[in-house]
Amino acid sequence: MATQHSRSAARLMMAPAVFLLLVWMLVPLSMTLWFSFRKYLPLRGGDLGWAGFDNYVRFVTSSSFWPSVMTTLMIVGGVLVVTVVLGVLLAILLDQPMWGQGVVRILVIAPFFVMPTVSALVWKNMFMDPVNGLFAHLWKFFGAEPIAWLSEASMQSLIMIVSWQWLPFATLILLTAIQSLDSEQLEAAEMDGAPPLARFFHIILPHLSRAITVVILIQTIFLLSIFAEIFVTTQGSFGTKTLTYLIFQRVLESQNVGLGSAGGVYAIILANIVALFLMRIVGKNLDA
Amino acid sequence: MARAVKTQRKAINTALAWAVGLLIFFPILWTILTSFKTEAQAISDPPVFLFFDWTLENYAVVQERSNYMRFLWNSVIIAGGSTILGTIIAIPAAWSMAFVPSKRTKDILLWMLSTKMLPAVGVLYPIYLLFIKLGWLDSRVGLIIVLMLINLPIIVWMLYTYFREIPGEILEAARMDGASLREEILYVLTPMAVPGIASTILLNIILAWNEPFWTLNLTAAKAAPLTAFIASYSSPEGLFYAKLSAASVMAIAPILIMGWFSQKQLVRGLTFGAVK
Amino acid sequence: MTLKGAFFAASALVSVSATALSAEVLTIATVNNGDMIRMQKLTDDFTAKTGHEVSWVTLEENVLRQRVTTDITTKGGAFDIMTIGMYETPIWAANGWLVPLDDLSEEYDADDILPAMRGGLSHDGTLYAAPFYGESSMIMYRTDLFEAAGLEMPEAPTWSFVADAARKITDRDNEIYGICLRGKAGWGENMAFLTATANSFGARWFDEDWTPQFDSDAWEETLTFYLDLMNDAGPPGASTNGFNENLSLFQQGKCGMWIDATVAASFVTNPDDSAVADKVGFALAPDTGKGKRGNWLWAWALGIPAGTQKEDAAKEFIEWATSKAYIELVAANEGWANVPPGARSSLYQNEAYLSAAPFAEMTLKSINSADPLNPTVDPVPYVGVQFVAIPEFAGFATDVGQEFSAALAGQQTAQQALAKAQALVADAMEAAGY
Repeated sequence: MATQHSRSAARLMMAPAVFLLLVWMLVPLSMTLWFSFRKYLPLRGGDLGWAGFDNYVRFVTSSSFWPSVMTTLMIVGGVLVVTVVLGVLLAILLDQPMWGQGVVRILVIAPFFVMPTVSALVWKNMFMDPVNGLFAHLWKFFGAEPIAWLSEASMQSLIMIVSWQWLPFATLILLTAIQSLDSEQLEAAEMDGAPPLARFFHIILPHLSRAITVVILIQTIFLLSIFAEIFVTTQGSFGTKTLTYLIFQRVLESQNVGLGSAGGVYAIILANIVALFLMRIVGKNLDA
Repeated sequence: MARAVKTQRKAINTALAWAVGLLIFFPILWTILTSFKTEAQAISDPPVFLFFDWTLENYAVVQERSNYMRFLWNSVIIAGGSTILGTIIAIPAAWSMAFVPSKRTKDILLWMLSTKMLPAVGVLYPIYLLFIKLGWLDSRVGLIIVLMLINLPIIVWMLYTYFREIPGEILEAARMDGASLREEILYVLTPMAVPGIASTILLNIILAWNEPFWTLNLTAAKAAPLTAFIASYSSPEGLFYAKLSAASVMAIAPILIMGWFSQKQLVRGLTFGAVK
Repeated sequence: MTLKGAFFAASALVSVSATALSAEVLTIATVNNGDMIRMQKLTDDFTAKTGHEVSWVTLEENVLRQRVTTDITTKGGAFDIMTIGMYETPIWAANGWLVPLDDLSEEYDADDILPAMRGGLSHDGTLYAAPFYGESSMIMYRTDLFEAAGLEMPEAPTWSFVADAARKITDRDNEIYGICLRGKAGWGENMAFLTATANSFGARWFDEDWTPQFDSDAWEETLTFYLDLMNDAGPPGASTNGFNENLSLFQQGKCGMWIDATVAASFVTNPDDSAVADKVGFALAPDTGKGKRGNWLWAWALGIPAGTQKEDAAKEFIEWATSKAYIELVAANEGWANVPPGARSSLYQNEAYLSAAPFAEMTLKSINSADPLNPTVDPVPYVGVQFVAIPEFAGFATDVGQEFSAALAGQQTAQQALAKAQALVADAMEAAGY
């Protein structure tokens, strides 16, 4: 169908988007690469010359490096597990006949509209505060000792906050996918006496695999760089320092742009490894 | 009999779904309620739920302290502008990927997505220096462009998956009738793709509205949107839950209302090609 | 007088004094503390007097630091005036990034600025940022709880007295915690408190060769003391409590003692916000008899980035906001107890202030007893009481603060935290080329 003419037209039409993104990628990337080989300390007078691989070595040998990589993977993984599992269950529930479905759907998607800073502030202060938070009141009501969520269960708390924000997204995509499921197929299975669990694992889940793939892919892209939630809640304390946050500390708090830029290069490498990994396991699902 | 079972099941589903829905919505509800309390009521133990002296004082205090309308207007311009600009650039690209696919189409798509993985903090200094050179610091133009670039991959992808579901024969037919490429896109494809485009636009307005890093770090007074507005209410001195709640409600209300009113359009196209 | 009337009267004055020929719009970055928010509300007075307008960028402290530091180091020029502290001022001034404030007007009376503040905000003897308010730290305690426990707070207590009293007062069933101290990680949060406290225990950040000293006995004693005290008598979740959280706790009547910034005194004695306003006493920060007290010295000050086009208008604003007249303006609007404290000597000779502010005398004593040039028992190569005035400090002190905060949360021992701190700081110092 595609003629030579339309092919070149197509290339032309793709050009603006490709060109812009190429610039958006190359300019910061090359500047980051350049800085990462410089001894660049803004508060000591700026660019102090060539640093070789010093920044790279220093960043990777810092005691914070590997824990931060682990933290990043744990947060991304944790949020993915929570949102996908709860998202599937919620999508199945919302797909059932009920009264007021529209209103319930509005309630469920609401967190997606809340800006990350606001959501982190609300959770941190009004729910997780160990003295005045709602959870503390609840715990005391049941005679339990309130939990200092953000220090004692920092990782779980963070995963919960981020999952709350992303659950609506997962649910929506999975719900649309479930709704496209042939209901006759399910009914036939029910007639045959297949128990609900079997129906779930043999019909619903395979049907959802593509939607789950999409959820994982999109969320991973956003989750790898979460920042505001950590900045507001723990500021990287109590084992919640992600690679992104570590870079932030090096660039802005330590004012070592060279070191931070080297960290940025590592972060890009990590993101690409994750992306490659993702493509391997989920990419097949994406082939149209 | 069967009908009774069905009704019973529907009742259980309803109860369960509403319980879950309210649980998920509760943090927002609680924030809205707290915003109408006094600071003392906001932390009272046991917490008060509905029966307190409703007051608008917190909103008055927030309004007195910051020019809410200016932040709101900046948010509208920046989120709207970046989305429209992005959509205009993305439609032709998505068209060509969907209807004239080549071997590299998928690679290009994935590469586009991968540009989103560059950690923003790592390039703060380069971008800041660039913005100074271009005179874009604290300008809405600069932010519109940055947010457009950040979201462009998502826009392209969403449109691509949507366009791909449109049967090529229709375009073919239009071409047979002598429609030029421009006409084909403008008068045939776009009207058919309206739901998908609407959903894409909505999602990207949300993403741009809530972007917390660049909108804060590249602005000062003139172009600061609501994400910067909220930064002046996090952890001030003394009791602040009620005022924080009021500021939070003011920051999220416009987008929440927009989202609710347009949720049908948003949901319809929000598949990223997940549904065949 | 109507606003319009005020404006005409003011513009008449301006045309006589001929300072500002053209009206400018100043962009000012500031922190969202109560005193600054008051200043925002009073901006109309400045506009009426000078014709210049102000657009405010009010940010939470951490965000503010991140914003202004990026802008000053890249010479971005997004702000005409920045709100900065005693830590930033000398470092930025040494880089030539700030406009010297050596030509302030006669009537501004720069000599009236408290010597401690003036010293901390100067570089090579020149003032580079004008103090909006200044603070030290001191003990704020609940007189009713002390009375009920049969305790009497001396004016200058020791740490062992404070620790005993805190344990006696603690009544967890009624949510009364003997002592509230900072635990939230950050160089300006827990490390400000712990560094000042360490000074009183005879510890220091570096020896004279810039070798980190976290392996010293004095640091171990400091940290162990702090952790034990907080575990026995501190509020739950103390490892995430900073200044604001503790202020809120104290105002709700949940703290027996609170050692923190002297500016907090006016908030905890303000009956509008504080449930315990009439039951607060004040004392100097504790010591261990080694000659140094655990109180710090800090000022929030206004500085002008070099290269701004609006230098004259910016100076006019700084003169307005840090003047004696501004203090009187606040007093007239909000009462004497709420004026920005700790910046000017004349305030502490003002009878109206002294009678309205029961904490004034203790504040002045605390400020005067802090010595940034000789902060520690043993000699050190650095300046600064609760910080080390080198550019790298904010970074590694926050790292160290996170280790100490984790120790407070019970996730590691004092020894582990100190060992990590020692390694972190040694590495950062090596990276900086010491």
